[in-house]
Amino acid sequence: MTHVLEVSSLKKYFGGVKAVDGVSFTVEEGEILGLIGPNGCGKSTLFNCILGQLTPTEGEVKLDGRVVTGLYPAQLNRLGVSRTFQLLQVFPNLSVRENLILAGQEHKGSMIGRLFGARDAGLTAEADRMIAFFKLEHLADQKAGGLSYGQQKLLDAAMAFMAGPRLVLLDEPAGGVNLTMLANLKERLQIINRELGATFVVIEHNMDFVMSLCSRVVVMAEGKILAEGPPSAIRNDPAVIEAYLGH
Amino acid sequence: MDQFLQLVVAGLATGAIYALAAIGFTLVWQTSQTINFAQGEFVMLPAILVLVGTHAGLPVWAAFAVASIAFVLLFGFGFKRFLVEPMQRHGVLPLAIATMALSVLVKEAAKNGFSAEAQPFPSLVPDGMLSLWGAALSARDLAIFVVAVVAIVGLQLFITRTRTGRTMQATAQNPTVARILGIPVERMILLTFLINAMLALVASYLVSPVYLAKFSNGESIGLAAFIAAIVGGFNQIRGALAGGFLIGLIDNLTAAYVSSAYRTAVPLVVLVVVILVKPEGLLGRKEERTV
Amino acid sequence: MIRRLDASLLILLVAFPILWLLPSGLKSYGLYVVSLWLVMSIAAMGLNLTLGYAGLTSLAQGAFLGIGAYATAILTTKAGWPLPAAFLASSALSFAVGVLLGFPALRVKHHYLAFVTLAFTVVVFLVARNEQWLTGGVFGIANIPRPVLFGSDLGAALPFYRLLLCVTLVLALAMWWLLKSPWGRAFLALRENAVRAASLGVDIRAYTLLAFAIGSAYGGAAGSLYAPLVEFIDPAPFALSASFVLLLTVVAGGAGSFFGPFVGAFFSYMLPELLRATGGWYLIIYAAVVLLIVMISPTGLLGLIERWRDHRSQAKAAAARAAAAPTLGAASGETDSLGKGATQ
Repeated sequence: MTHVLEVSSLKKYFGGVKAVDGVSFTVEEGEILGLIGPNGCGKSTLFNCILGQLTPTEGEVKLDGRVVTGLYPAQLNRLGVSRTFQLLQVFPNLSVRENLILAGQEHKGSMIGRLFGARDAGLTAEADRMIAFFKLEHLADQKAGGLSYGQQKLLDAAMAFMAGPRLVLLDEPAGGVNLTMLANLKERLQIINRELGATFVVIEHNMDFVMSLCSRVVVMAEGKILAEGPPSAIRNDPAVIEAYLGH
Repeated sequence: MDQFLQLVVAGLATGAIYALAAIGFTLVWQTSQTINFAQGEFVMLPAILVLVGTHAGLPVWAAFAVASIAFVLLFGFGFKRFLVEPMQRHGVLPLAIATMALSVLVKEAAKNGFSAEAQPFPSLVPDGMLSLWGAALSARDLAIFVVAVVAIVGLQLFITRTRTGRTMQATAQNPTVARILGIPVERMILLTFLINAMLALVASYLVSPVYLAKFSNGESIGLAAFIAAIVGGFNQIRGALAGGFLIGLIDNLTAAYVSSAYRTAVPLVVLVVVILVKPEGLLGRKEERTV
Repeated sequence: MIRRLDASLLILLVAFPILWLLPSGLKSYGLYVVSLWLVMSIAAMGLNLTLGYAGLTSLAQGAFLGIGAYATAILTTKAGWPLPAAFLASSALSFAVGVLLGFPALRVKHHYLAFVTLAFTVVVFLVARNEQWLTGGVFGIANIPRPVLFGSDLGAALPFYRLLLCVTLVLALAMWWLLKSPWGRAFLALRENAVRAASLGVDIRAYTLLAFAIGSAYGGAAGSLYAPLVEFIDPAPFALSASFVLLLTVVAGGAGSFFGPFVGAFFSYMLPELLRATGGWYLIIYAAVVLLIVMISPTGLLGLIERWRDHRSQAKAAAARAAAAPTLGAASGETDSLGKGATQ
């Protein structure tokens, strides 16, 4: 069986700094994998290498058994990999609906086809469904820049799902989000995971969020994988506790 | 060989003028992220102001004095206080665009307020030929070179040997840290603008006897200074110095040996190659760059 | 955004008949001035796409104006082409050169891109001045013919103005269509956040090149109309300062607003002619006015209006949030307070 994502002995060095130092793991169809570790352990660098934002020093990334190392972020996205960033990244001067249409349009037909085709690339209905799903209806026509932080965070996540991705990498989706919003977000992610069969990798510092959402957790420390397993096992792993307390 | 030596001296003289303008350009970029598209007009204007003075009947020395003081006040202090300061919070590009508008404004004011024709400018050095190692060299070129180098060395001594100079240098290299260290950053930034105006002043008085004083002089000098600053390294005084001499030499040698019609084109090609291959400049430190 | 562009379409369609009829009483000089306004609006529209929508700082629009003008002048006077064919060829040539000039834009951004395009503009100017066999050098090219279309001579000032008006309308509609399409959205995304856009599948390289090429094609098209308008061209109007003025035009009018180029071109090209009565001082007044506009509102005149409108819609959004709070329960009320406090 091929894995949705397979990372083998991935390394990324910045000069003498080994940000990611030989990381291997796989992600299976339909799973929600948590990626945790102390600050500066290389999680975000690993994400950026997988997503083509950075070129790995060594190693290989496979998507559905196909080598995708070295592809551009846009190419990877069109292969069905989508992401959110640690810091908010919505387009403040576009409306909420336009943000979502933008997030889906590059997956619809050819470039020339989009120029002469429908102005919304046929995505208004889909965008409105997404808006309703994330409970942003009353803000659909507002500029995204005018939304509150939590609302922008929801929009940011919603944009990652517009193109019906196969694999979604979420970089700290819970960062700075209040508890009620967090429960809402977790529920949304679980529904999407269940209904669309989308596979997730989630970087997060909020342990309760990770442990209740994810079916499996990978722990990184100093560029390497420290432990891997179901949340219950990770929670009691002495090496993991040491890594967190040591910092 | 004889001709080559003459060209090298002429190139160094031109280069010294470019270097004066480029150093000022670099200084204000370093301290306040100002890309001054009007730098060429800054070099054009002082000579025009002197002529306005002499035409009004002032004796030459008084015209020089009045023009110099007025220029440094207006385009050192005034430029910083009334254009750069209000624009700075909007970012690099809006400020650069404002200096473009200033460039058009100054040029048109010189053209309509004074003269559209090139005017003779009193030379501080008599023209003539000097014989050096068997080669006949233009005394004026040598004098320009010497005066410019004295100005640059003076600036360098000020920066490295005086307390104020060193403080200014620290501000230029890292305004944020300087502020933390309790350096009066605003005063230091103002100082760089005053120095910029003074360097432009010197360049203006050196170049105008050769090319005559004309409202459009700033175009080519500004472009050359601009290229010199970027090629040498946008963020280094010695980069601007080296860039100035390099562009001066390329300029004169191209005109003589390649094509006088395309003498401006060769430095531009150098500019584009440097930007694409080593955008921090030949002597520059790596700074911000986008992918 | 969609609603705003629809309003733009309405304004275009209302303005057209007015502009068709309005100048009929003008003498030929007055007609020349409004014609110049239209032509420069086209060039500024192109730069507005490159700079205002896609966020790429170009100092090359004056050069493309020159490329279009010279291509048309040469094709119509030396090769005897009719103007429509020369117009298409000039635009296509500018498009192609624009793609080439776009490549550096893939490597460098912001002020570095401005420097590269500045170098390009000076080189184009030098070629126009020095390659006498092709461009006539400083003597330029004279007697550029005005067109005869469908058997009717459009040489006189008024018919030629109306032809320009029709072309401007068509190009403005095309721009409106483009900006409303997914491409327009992608250009905007490029300007606001290229990294995020790429992560959503937007092909940054392709859109960067296209933004440059389409903007340049508008520059070339404007040049192609400029040549028969003035009937004589030499290198002077395509010097570096022309590119400065075009950039100022777009910025003063309002980079990234649909009618910004028209407003800007009014200031840069029509106002100076209206101020001719002030003697030699009109360009000084113009430069001072532009400097003031840029300093007061870096987003241009239409940017001022936009800011005011944003302000209003923000207020409306706040009202909507407040009104929605009861149905969403405590959640949306807490979002604001906790959201800001809990960032790490």
